[in-house]
Amino acid sequence: MKLQEQNISKNNFEQCIKCTVCTVYCPVVPVNPLYPGPKQAGPDGERLRLKKGEFFDEALKYCLNCKRCEVACPSGVKIGDIIQSARLKYSRHSPSLRDTILASTDFVGSAATIAAPIVNAAVAMKPAKAIMDGVLKIDHRRTFPKYSSGTFERWFRKEAAAAQEKFDRHVGYFHGCYVNYNFPDLGKDFVKLMNAVGYGVRLVDKEKCCGVALISNKMTGAALRHARHNVDVIGKTVADAGNPVLLTSSTCTLTIRDEYPHLLGVDNSGIRDNVLLATKFLYTLVDSGKVKLVFRKDFSMKAAYHAPCHMEKLGWGIFSISLMKMIPGLQLEILDSNCCGIAGTYGFKKENYEVSQAIGEPLFRQIGEINPDVVATDCETCKWQIEMSTPYKVMNPVSILASAIDVEATRAANG
Amino acid sequence: MKTASSDGIYDVIIIGGGATGAGTARDCALRGLKVLLIERHDIATGATGRNHGLLHSGARYAVTDTESARECISENMILKKIARHCVERTDGLFLTLPEDDLGYQDKFVQACRASGIEAEILDPEEALRMEPSANPDIIGAVKVPDGSVDPFRLTSANVIDAKLHGAQILVYNEVTDFIFDKDRIVGVKVLDHVTGEKSCRYGDVIVNAAGIWGAGIAEKAGTKINMFPAKGSLLIFGHRVNNVVLNRCRKPANADILVPGDTICVIGTTSDRVPYDQIDDMRVTPEEVDILLSEGQKLAPCLASTRIIRAYAGVRPLVAVDDDPSGRNISRGIVLLDHETRDGIKGFISITGGKLMTYRLMAELATDLVCKKLGVTAKCVTAEVPLPGSKNESPEEISDKLSSVYANPMRASAGRHGDMASSISHGNEYDLSLVCECEDVSLGEVEYALENLDVNNLVDLRRRTRVGMGTCQGELCACRAAGLLANTKKCVADAKADLRRFMNERWKGMYPVSWGETLRENEYTLWVYAGVCGMNGHASSKTEKEAENEI
Repeated sequence: MKLQEQNISKNNFEQCIKCTVCTVYCPVVPVNPLYPGPKQAGPDGERLRLKKGEFFDEALKYCLNCKRCEVACPSGVKIGDIIQSARLKYSRHSPSLRDTILASTDFVGSAATIAAPIVNAAVAMKPAKAIMDGVLKIDHRRTFPKYSSGTFERWFRKEAAAAQEKFDRHVGYFHGCYVNYNFPDLGKDFVKLMNAVGYGVRLVDKEKCCGVALISNKMTGAALRHARHNVDVIGKTVADAGNPVLLTSSTCTLTIRDEYPHLLGVDNSGIRDNVLLATKFLYTLVDSGKVKLVFRKDFSMKAAYHAPCHMEKLGWGIFSISLMKMIPGLQLEILDSNCCGIAGTYGFKKENYEVSQAIGEPLFRQIGEINPDVVATDCETCKWQIEMSTPYKVMNPVSILASAIDVEATRAANG
Repeated sequence: MKTASSDGIYDVIIIGGGATGAGTARDCALRGLKVLLIERHDIATGATGRNHGLLHSGARYAVTDTESARECISENMILKKIARHCVERTDGLFLTLPEDDLGYQDKFVQACRASGIEAEILDPEEALRMEPSANPDIIGAVKVPDGSVDPFRLTSANVIDAKLHGAQILVYNEVTDFIFDKDRIVGVKVLDHVTGEKSCRYGDVIVNAAGIWGAGIAEKAGTKINMFPAKGSLLIFGHRVNNVVLNRCRKPANADILVPGDTICVIGTTSDRVPYDQIDDMRVTPEEVDILLSEGQKLAPCLASTRIIRAYAGVRPLVAVDDDPSGRNISRGIVLLDHETRDGIKGFISITGGKLMTYRLMAELATDLVCKKLGVTAKCVTAEVPLPGSKNESPEEISDKLSSVYANPMRASAGRHGDMASSISHGNEYDLSLVCECEDVSLGEVEYALENLDVNNLVDLRRRTRVGMGTCQGELCACRAAGLLANTKKCVADAKADLRRFMNERWKGMYPVSWGETLRENEYTLWVYAGVCGMNGHASSKTEKEAENEI
């Protein structure tokens, strides 16, 4: 009888009891009949694929990798991972030029920031959009995130790096491609906030793109190189006095913490616990009384918070929400749990545009009903999607906090 | 070709719808005889459907039983030709573990070659590359042309071809007695289990192909066949861990074969003598589960941490060699008895012993004898003429052409029905929607089976299509299939009663391995059917209890 007690399946997909709640929670299923749904694509399909690889269904490319199925699963099945792993293992489609361009966020970003005004104007022009749509199959209705003139790293080295060393305590910062190439302001807000509570910021030395877009576009080799490099350089920061490495993007956080080991087989056990979203780290400090936040008296804002799918997978939405709720002048509404539909590079692809917008529709509608001053969310691609699909401006909770605090008073309180 | 007549007079009546009976019906029909096949349950319910589904190369018998080994390799090559859609060419490995005698390997390879079986000694590393799930501690490995065979498909294809050639098939009909004219059997009395009607059927030759139950049939005819029921238990794992058949390279023993079959793999068997009066109620014991698991993981260590979805047991029809009153001298080979010369009963023969692998040869031998008695000279063609489903394209060829969305249900159908899958309606989203999600069985396929494949109930439907054979064991598909069955039969009450029988039958196989995820899943199934659908979980009538005993 002992044998029977020990016979516990190590095959995660076998923990599925076919309750199908994953398919109910999948945002793609109701809007795209070509997608078989997470149960069928995940644990059910895995059995068939183990029988014969030809049972791999190219329709798995319609998976957003939003991981909502995993959040819903009561049996702990890593459904999204099963689907993404199957794509990496079985798909015969190699990434197109379009996929390569979309996925190479850091390479394209570093080129584009040099000539940002020209690039921004060019990609917004009709002929360029027609070429992108017709040749590259990047949907012409999609607005491109603007590139910044000059990277965050450059600003940090010139304007901030020296001042950081005056602090006794430090945190590492993995800014990600978006902050570096598109929106350095978020990085500046992060530095401002951390400095105010008495922490100096040190950049992770030569970080590479986390690789989420490389994974979803099946550029496995590049994704592996990025993952190994990042685990290595983050490890050096962590080793430096045990400083945590903070991020302001929920997707980069999930990728480094979970996708590296689950999809790429990269061992991150040495750093995983120290890779945290900034709001989680800050909330823990405030909650334990180690730091205090003092807010401006004249701050007034109505915000609607959208928890990104990967934030829900991390289970950390509560930290961003709780911090924002501390702001006296902030009227905060929590939006229903919905996917915005963009899922990184997915929504940029011509074949996904309609589906992407249909998925986001309930979210856009609710935002309109609430009519906030800004939408708050921790994910840059959710920001693009919401800003393109609604008239509302989107801010990262870190930026909202940075603009709400009384910097001098906060410094004094944590002095 | 003569067609089966409505006056109830046949050239040959075959008792038993296992592979042998179905094969005999086909062979007789192909030779132009008027054929009636009578089966008391459904086709392939006995030992035919309760084994590994191993397409033996014969290697397993090479050392101990040369005759069986030769029969196996010959039939192996024939089935790969005539039953392509029932067979998978996986190849097999005979593994020597550190606890086994490596000296046996040479003897084994020589014996294989002497019987005409290709046997190639591989480096352990090479064998592990070929089958990564194999025990990494192996010290020797031999590759042989083993494969897997789906016994349900094989039997069904024989029945389909027999019917195409005029044979009449009566399922759920039981032979209750024989009709004699002096020393000649001229017919059988039949009880229809569905309608309760009794009838008489007359034939020139009666073939007893009832497997282990053939002893009881012989008794009704006033003679005796000395049979020794040997129970063999097996475990089904939730998915394929291996794609190559794994065997132990030693004298045949318990739990030393792991066969990949369709979506699952099967470890077996045990072997225990059981009393004849228990052969209708085979249950797998905890001790047998322990043996199968502990021995099985020596072949493939990952079995220890793979979900088990089901346990089942079959009864081998072992026959004592005639003229040995002690019954100790058992033959594992084919036994063909002419009861006219043996017992003075004219018009009655028995074909028994043997194994699934040699069903075609058994059918050929039985049909040869039938033809001799009838003075028919037609020759056997079953070694050359492909079965329906394997006549045109192979499942792989059909699969290669599928690239559209929703291709998987069509691919799965082609795997199950071969070229007959072209008759399955896959024209629209409704036809392509899934009844069984674990096994990718489409609504079109279920309707095809209900209309064309002699399906009386959900258990029959499972044998034809794999509905309910996946990890959920009917949780999601059974009620959908019951709805379709109710449509076809135009009777909701029967379908509901049948649904309960089906779920109880599934539980019987899950019960011996009910722990972990299998138990959780069953509990969830219980909520759905008992809690949401208001179905009582207990079998109430005698017929339901009987159905529970089916595997």
